[in-house]
Amino acid sequence: MAENGALHVELVAPDRTVWSGEADMVIARTIEGDIGVLRGHAPLLSLLSDAVVEISTADRGVVVAVVDGGFLSVANDRVSILSDHAELPDEIDVDRARTELEEARGLVGANDDAERRLRRAEARIRAVEKTS
Amino acid sequence: MAVSLREYRARIKSTESMKKITRAMELIAASRIIKAQQRAQSAAPYARELTRAISAVATFSNVDHALTTEPENPKRAAVLIVTSDRGLAGAYSSSVLKEAERLIEMLRGDGKDVSVFVAGRKGEAYFKFRGRPVVSSWTGFSDQPSHQAASEIGAALIDSFLAEGEEGVDEVHVVFTRFRSMLVQEPTAVRLLPLEVVEGEEKPEAADALPLYEFEPSAEAVLDALLPRYVESRIFFALLQAAASELAARQKAMKSATDNAEELIKKYTRIANQARQAGITQEISEIVGGVNALADAQAGSE
Repeated sequence: MAENGALHVELVAPDRTVWSGEADMVIARTIEGDIGVLRGHAPLLSLLSDAVVEISTADRGVVVAVVDGGFLSVANDRVSILSDHAELPDEIDVDRARTELEEARGLVGANDDAERRLRRAEARIRAVEKTS
Repeated sequence: MAVSLREYRARIKSTESMKKITRAMELIAASRIIKAQQRAQSAAPYARELTRAISAVATFSNVDHALTTEPENPKRAAVLIVTSDRGLAGAYSSSVLKEAERLIEMLRGDGKDVSVFVAGRKGEAYFKFRGRPVVSSWTGFSDQPSHQAASEIGAALIDSFLAEGEEGVDEVHVVFTRFRSMLVQEPTAVRLLPLEVVEGEEKPEAADALPLYEFEPSAEAVLDALLPRYVESRIFFALLQAAASELAARQKAMKSATDNAEELIKKYTRIANQARQAGITQEISEIVGGVNALADAQAGSE
């Protein structure tokens, strides 16, 4: 839909727009595996897992964001990523993520919730590492 | 008269301090309204994208979901009433409760059992005082609702909608106050569940081939995850609207309270002045009367 042949990306959380703009490529992790979206991708609706989303912006930059589940929807060169909780790396509290990671590691196996917390903390740390 | 003059002065003073309080509340409400409106605005993109995704699924697949199927013979209904946590907002809570009562009456008239869910302390108190049962209630966020609160409420409502047998309800209604403008807020009742999905806002033109939508992992799974989010987002919308309405109603109520206080002060000042004047007049006439009496007495003795 965009004139210059780029994807239009909207990364939104329920209470705000986290990032929106033009991009060349979006890489996200769905529950079935990683997926890359380029211009002209077939319409798609997919569930995301708790992981990092990478957006290669039109001006050669890279935006990394972490999502706690959500959806990826592609139609007419328009990508919307919806998540209950989405954060950009500079909003992430790394120290908290690390302590969370340690705590969750100790609990793994006890319940599903711990595994989920572990995945979320890992995704946060990875997002920060990718940008720094 | 001197005593009542002092009384009036005390009354003027207390009215003045009341006026200060209502004025402060008015200003606070006014500044919070702007924030509430901003919050409502920043929640809009999510709702828009979600609606787009839902209508894509509805348009490009033929999947039925438990949340969208109409029960054949609805017997039980749930009503979520969104009220405020605090008072001093004029008729805000009572008008939303009135609307809710009307809806409940109507549902009862259709032969449905009604179970009540309440958000906000005022609504909770209303039902508790009347000894009427409330299935569950949520409080503490009425003037700045978080999305988390909305998802808690959504989860509870969906659970009771999907529950089988006696516990389960066949439809869910929400009563909240819609924010039309700073001056107009109207209590509205909408049916939340079963969902009515608006199909295809951007249906392909007849000439185009129908785009093949890919659903990962499957249309059912996607719908399963999407629809509860949609319900949550609708509830979040209702909460945000209610918050803005509450603040607007409070601002209006506090503005008229301040105006009234001003009127009262004016009235009391007039009465106090009159009393003061009367006191002075009386004193003068007493003095004059005394002098006259003295003069008369002296004239008599000579």
